[in-house]
Amino acid sequence: MEGGDLAVKILSTWLTLVLVLILLPSAFGVSLGISELYMKILVKTLEWATLRIEKGVQKESVLKNSASGGIIQRDESPMEKGLSGRDFELSDAFYFSKKGLEAIVEDEVTQRFSSEELVSWNLLTRTNVNFQYISLRLTMVWVLGVIVRYCVLLPLRVTLAFIGISLLVIGTTLVGQLPDNSLKTWLSELVHLTCCRICVRALSGTIHYHNKQYRPQKGGICVANHTSPIDVLILTTDGCYAMVGQVHGGLMGIIQRAMVKACPHVWFERSEMKDRHQVTKRLKEHIADKKKLPILIFPEGTCINNTSVMMFKKGSFEIGGTIYPVAIKYNPQFGDAFWNSSKYNMVSYLLRMMTSWAIVCDVWYMPPMIREEGEDAVQFANRVKSAIAIQGGLTELSWDGGLKRAKVKDTFKEEQQKNYSKMIVGNGSLNSQLD
Amino acid sequence: MGSCSSHAASIPDLDSIRRETGFSQASLVRLYHRFQALDKNQKGYLCRTDLQQIGALAVNPLGDRIIESFFPNGSYSVDFPGFVRVLAHFRPVDEYTGVRDPKEPEPLNSRMNKLRFAFQLYDQDRDGKISWHEMLQVLRLMVGVQVTDEQLENITDRTVQEADEDGDGAVSFLEFVKSLEKMNIEQKMSIRILK
Repeated sequence: MEGGDLAVKILSTWLTLVLVLILLPSAFGVSLGISELYMKILVKTLEWATLRIEKGVQKESVLKNSASGGIIQRDESPMEKGLSGRDFELSDAFYFSKKGLEAIVEDEVTQRFSSEELVSWNLLTRTNVNFQYISLRLTMVWVLGVIVRYCVLLPLRVTLAFIGISLLVIGTTLVGQLPDNSLKTWLSELVHLTCCRICVRALSGTIHYHNKQYRPQKGGICVANHTSPIDVLILTTDGCYAMVGQVHGGLMGIIQRAMVKACPHVWFERSEMKDRHQVTKRLKEHIADKKKLPILIFPEGTCINNTSVMMFKKGSFEIGGTIYPVAIKYNPQFGDAFWNSSKYNMVSYLLRMMTSWAIVCDVWYMPPMIREEGEDAVQFANRVKSAIAIQGGLTELSWDGGLKRAKVKDTFKEEQQKNYSKMIVGNGSLNSQLD
Repeated sequence: MGSCSSHAASIPDLDSIRRETGFSQASLVRLYHRFQALDKNQKGYLCRTDLQQIGALAVNPLGDRIIESFFPNGSYSVDFPGFVRVLAHFRPVDEYTGVRDPKEPEPLNSRMNKLRFAFQLYDQDRDGKISWHEMLQVLRLMVGVQVTDEQLENITDRTVQEADEDGDGAVSFLEFVKSLEKMNIEQKMSIRILK
């Protein structure tokens, strides 16, 4: 029985430590500085590793995949220069075939749906794309890293995540029993914030918030770029939002149902989502009530790999009200937050998150924007998108994130066809007149 | 986990592909990376839908024809060697020509082979001639609905007349080559892969 007693003693000590060092400070929003210390050690280790790799690399010529540079030499001159410019020539097909093959070799959209390549290795196996064996010491550090991540950090994080989610469900259900008054609101905020902070610690998240004075206010709509489901966690740690989304089954469904008891989130049935007017109506009603929390929306509609911002769907911008843009940028050196939903399901994604070094990101709150006179929803959406892209240091693309799954609509071809026709017929008719 | 590997050793038949296409090892590694990125379900080959997913290709008026050129003889899949074989047509012409060994097959990126690639974009039925109808079809693809039938037919008439020398109302491959003899094909149909 001694073994059993010992195990129980260890477990209870462990849990007490977790409670005191992590859970209580989370409830009060206080930090004990343990994560800061961990991050300092981590940064120093990675810097050392980078130097070792660079020293090792000088001897051989290793392919350096530059994440931002293209792999082919592009000629970005407009169609008029690429074509003969007057009438149709047999060689005009060459221009289009060259452009087509350039797109096959490299296009700016497909690369956004896979994880960003790192410039230097960060001692995680999953990012080891090009880096060969450099030295024994580096391999030892890597092995140590694996042990630390899988045997020390992972159990801790899983425990925290479990505690966080259970507390959320229990807490919100309890708070939901109260009648609607200010106590209920205050308690529901407390429960939400505490559980989110615990979950963020479950991922070893280090988040820097900038410009807190522009934090979204009640009755507004918060708009952000989307990289992973963790975005929600990151934003709700610093403020309470009303979330919008589809009703899911399983664990997500339980969480959703519990949350909505304590505070009015907007969950839609799958059938309701198809009816755009219905959706817009419900959201309008929500923001009209100035006491309700700001709505959180991700207008891209899908996860992008945090190097660029894709087209913002105009639906969120037709509701009216004040838009509070937020830019979120992850630091890929410590862990890749992008959820490639075609490659990983939710559980394997969370496991990857929990076995990374840490999740480090910057959140910039931006001054509120409203739709101006004579500006339609699409132009407004583009304006907000540009602002977020500039603030976060991301590339701006006008392609639809839906390209991840679906084909491009035929209507987009028309633009190129129009340009070409103008060239050959616009001039052709002139020629025939002169005849 | 294995999908992260991009070392040259993981590419099957690397040497024979290199000889056939003339791409350097570094370029082939990059192209293999790209092939894997396009092959979303890791099937090991690409099918038409994989290529149709590329946004910039889908809006290209000749996009469908270009995709077809990867699937000769009505096949449904293209493996990495086949993929690179088509791309090799667009490799810039080698500067150091010197005397070519006549026994060796013509390199895929020679002027003639580039022209053959362009020819087959027009000649859909592969009969070795671009008929008047085939010419009209390509024109229609490039202009969409912007131009009337009459205007388009006029342009087709003019183009076929200018190129057709033996008067059979169609443009054969040699006539095609002749009409483009002054054109800098090497520059218009070349894509340079940066190291």
